[in-house]
Amino acid sequence: MCLAVPGKILEATDNGISRMAKVEFGGVTRQVSLDFVPGTQPGDFVLVHVGFAISVIEEEEARRTYDALLEFQREMPRTPK
Amino acid sequence: MKYLDEYRDSGIAHALAARIRARVTRPWTLMEICGGQTHTIMRYGLPELLPEEIELVHGPGCPVCVAPLELVDRAIEIAARPGAIFISYGDMLRVPGSRSDLFHVKAAGGDVRIAYSPMEAVKIAAENPDRQVVFFGIGFETTAPANAMAVWQAKQQGLTNFSMLVSHVLVPPAMRLILRSPVNRVQGFIAPGHVCAVVGFRGYETLAAEFRVPMVVGGFEPVDLLEAIAMLVDQLEDGRAELENQYSRSVTRAGNGPAQQLMQEVFEVTDRQWRGIGPIPDSGYSLREEYAAFDAERVFGTSEIRVQEPPECIAALVMQGLKKPVDCPGFGTRCVPERPMGAPMVSSEGACAAYYTYRRHTRAEVAR
Repeated sequence: MCLAVPGKILEATDNGISRMAKVEFGGVTRQVSLDFVPGTQPGDFVLVHVGFAISVIEEEEARRTYDALLEFQREMPRTPK
Repeated sequence: MKYLDEYRDSGIAHALAARIRARVTRPWTLMEICGGQTHTIMRYGLPELLPEEIELVHGPGCPVCVAPLELVDRAIEIAARPGAIFISYGDMLRVPGSRSDLFHVKAAGGDVRIAYSPMEAVKIAAENPDRQVVFFGIGFETTAPANAMAVWQAKQQGLTNFSMLVSHVLVPPAMRLILRSPVNRVQGFIAPGHVCAVVGFRGYETLAAEFRVPMVVGGFEPVDLLEAIAMLVDQLEDGRAELENQYSRSVTRAGNGPAQQLMQEVFEVTDRQWRGIGPIPDSGYSLREEYAAFDAERVFGTSEIRVQEPPECIAALVMQGLKKPVDCPGFGTRCVPERPMGAPMVSSEGACAAYYTYRRHTRAEVAR
C-alpha cells in the first residue's frame, strides 16, 4: 500500500481542476497528479503513490548521500562473509 | 531505473553489512514498521547478511492487515448490494471476512472492481450517475492525501453517488502501543519512509525522545534498509536515542505541506479498531462532518456486526514484533495465500506473505 515508485516527469498539463503529468517509470509512462507537488517541472523526479506524486526527489541530496555511500564502500575492506 | 538500481548495489550492501558486523557488540532487536520494507528485507535475504546479534521483527505497517474484520464484513455487505459498484485496491479482495471475502462477492456476480488510484473510482462514479459507487479507502498516512483528494474532487464535481468506506490508520499511535507494552522487545525502529514523505518526521522526533528509543527514517531498497540498520546500530552502541533521516532524498522534516493541508480539510482524527490488536485511541482518520455525504457508513447505514477472529491466527502478535510468522502452527499448512486464516498472509505487505513467498518457512531457514 505504501509502495511508491520514483519516476521522471515528461510533460505537465493543467486541466483546470488538476495538474496532471506524464511520468516515466523505466520505460513505462503513466498519468500522475502533481497537485501535491506544485512547482515541479519536466525533468524532475517524483515519488509516485496511487497516482499521486507525494514528494520531489532532491537530486543534489540524492547525489551527496549516494557519493558518501560509494566513498564508504571504497574505504571499507570487503570482509568475507 | 534511476533511484532504484543504485540502491540495490550488492557491493554497497556488503560493505554496509560489514560495517554493522564490525560495530555490533551485543544483541539488538530492531523493527521496521512498514510492510513494504518487510518484503524488501525478505526478498533480498537481508537477515542472512546481518550478524546474528541483529534480530529484525516486523511491524504493523500493513493497512490491509489491520483493517478490522467488521469493516471487511461491512465492505462485503455493501459490495453485494444490487446496483452498487465497489472499488478497492487489489490487495483487499482476498482478505477474509468472518464468512466470505470480496473475491467471492465478485465471483457471485457482484460488481467489484480493482483500481490503482482512488481517482478512477471518482471517474467511474461520474460516468455511472445511476449507480452507487463505493471506494474502499484504506491506508496509512501515505495514502491519505490521495483518498482525501478523491473525496474533495467528488464534492467539487457535485457527485451524489460516490462514497468512501474509510479505514484510515496512523503509524505513531501504534508505535506508542508497542513501546508501552510491558513485553516490548523493540530497541530501535526503522520509521516508515513514505509515511514520513507525507507527514514529515517531527512526530517521530517526539517519540524517540519520549521513549528514549533510536529511530531512523528509512527508504525501501536493500541499500536503504542496510544503511538505516547501520545507523540504528551506531546509535544503540553509542547509547544515543535520536531521530535520523536515512531517506533524505525523498523525506524532509516538514513533509508535504499541500498534502497535509488537504488531509486536514477532509479528515479528522478518530479512534480506530486495529484487526487483531484492538481499539487504539486517536489512531486513524474519519471523514469530517462537511464530507458526511461521502461517508459510505452513513450512506448505507451502519449495522452492528460482531465477529470473532479465527482463534489460531497469531497476526496481532506478529505485528507487534512478539512472534514471527513461522511461530504460527498454521503457517504454510492451514494458512497459505490461497486460503488465508489472517490478512498478513494475503497482503503484498503482510509479514506472513513475505516469509511464505521468499521461502522462509521454518525457524532454521529464518536463522540462516
